[in-house]
Amino acid sequence: MDNVKELLVILIGSSLVSNVVLSQFLGLCPFLGVSRKVKTAVGMGGAVIFVITLASFVAGVINQFVLIKFKVQYLDTIVFILVIAALVQFVEMFLRKVMPALYEALGVYLPLITTNCAVLGVAINNEQAEYGILTGTVNGFATAVGFTVAIVILAGIREKIAYNDVPKAFQGMPIVLLTAGLMAIAFVGFSGLL
Amino acid sequence: MNKAGERLYNGLVKENPTFVLMLGMCPTLAVTTSAMNGLGMGLTTMVVLSLSNLFISLLRRVIPDRVRIPAFIVVIASFVTVVQLLLEAYLPALNKSLGVYIPLIVVNCIILGRAESYAYSNPPIPSLFDGIGMGLGFSFALTCIGAFRELLGAGKLFGAALMPEGFEPIRIFGQAPGAFFVLAMLVAVQNAVRNRRKKAGKPYEKIGSGCSEDCMNCSDQGCTRRFYDAGAAEKKPVRQPGSTAQGKAPRPVQKQAESGIQRKAPRPVQKQAESGIQGKAPKPVQKPDRAVNGKKERLAQKQTEFEYIDLDKEEK
Repeated sequence: MDNVKELLVILIGSSLVSNVVLSQFLGLCPFLGVSRKVKTAVGMGGAVIFVITLASFVAGVINQFVLIKFKVQYLDTIVFILVIAALVQFVEMFLRKVMPALYEALGVYLPLITTNCAVLGVAINNEQAEYGILTGTVNGFATAVGFTVAIVILAGIREKIAYNDVPKAFQGMPIVLLTAGLMAIAFVGFSGLL
Repeated sequence: MNKAGERLYNGLVKENPTFVLMLGMCPTLAVTTSAMNGLGMGLTTMVVLSLSNLFISLLRRVIPDRVRIPAFIVVIASFVTVVQLLLEAYLPALNKSLGVYIPLIVVNCIILGRAESYAYSNPPIPSLFDGIGMGLGFSFALTCIGAFRELLGAGKLFGAALMPEGFEPIRIFGQAPGAFFVLAMLVAVQNAVRNRRKKAGKPYEKIGSGCSEDCMNCSDQGCTRRFYDAGAAEKKPVRQPGSTAQGKAPRPVQKQAESGIQRKAPRPVQKQAESGIQGKAPKPVQKPDRAVNGKKERLAQKQTEFEYIDLDKEEK
């Protein structure tokens, strides 16, 4: 029972309380770049959930059975970035061949997250928090869900902003960043949850 | 030495990575809660950037074109690890406050971007100074933003109380939302400058060519690049405007001259490489031409790039 409780705490903590974009600033590029429409935002969110969950699982396995076993934890950055980057590209090829339908839905977004900071960030966070493989994967999944929640909300707001009369200098990125800032304030409210 | 000075000026002012190019926004937002953190992050990045620039430049004739991204990443990640261990040993307080953002220097757009657009096609000494200049520009920008946030958020500067007695700190500037607000103001100023320059007919393309315009460019500059970039696959890296044109062109020609192979008319082999299918054509024949064509194509396809990048426009 204790284990389940711990996983639940991680799930809520990583997805809402310390949201990956709004409080840790990881994965800002896709967050700002692919949030013009809800539809693309959902696609990006799906791809991120898929990649981060997979990558944190693989990074966890490597950490457990290679890095810790041979006592070479200091190589973590090099190993994780190479493995993750190669993994994403491999997944892309694999999906294209084997699951064309899924590739249609997620394929365009996959290269955009090849070496995204969020993916590497989760792997390193998992390692520093000394999470096991299962806990790490759950943490990765939760983090990605947090990203998806944030990007979909932002996209929804941006669709409305498009009809507003924004001062000239604030058109484009600045107004989006202000929106993100207000969202970050809202997400600070979750910190009482745990 | 003149060249070195020009590189330093370029990094600090003309192509300042934060204020002008808007690259590497993740660490810019995350670690600038105080001036000290900003300065620490900036200097750490500078060390990694100049060393990786130097080494990539030294290895530029050894690294094959098609696996250059993984090669760059290995070089950069090694230096990041070295710097991280040094920080752990000698500046544990700074290491603790920067935390996960130290290993994340690996995916900083600025470093991979400079490796790709400058160091890979220029001699070691200018590359080193390019790294130092860019690093100094980054440190300067981060320190400024950090100082601003620390001053408003805590009424201090480098830890020393500076504001008058009655000043009530605006705590939010020290927290996550404040970072977004500060960056929003920064980009708004950039936009204003850009608009003014546009009106006056001055060059403005360089300003905000990174994240502020369309973040997908940033992803192409480095954060999210394809790992194995087959010299002529469908996607090519976007270069930073300006800094590449003169640097990149002479190299393939020179290489050609060295290996004594004359340029041949385009062959079917080349087309095959374009569509991303390799391995079927006899390799020895294909090789010399591919290096040349790959680079030229990449420069030529700069414009067509945006079809791939602009996910939203596609749907309209």
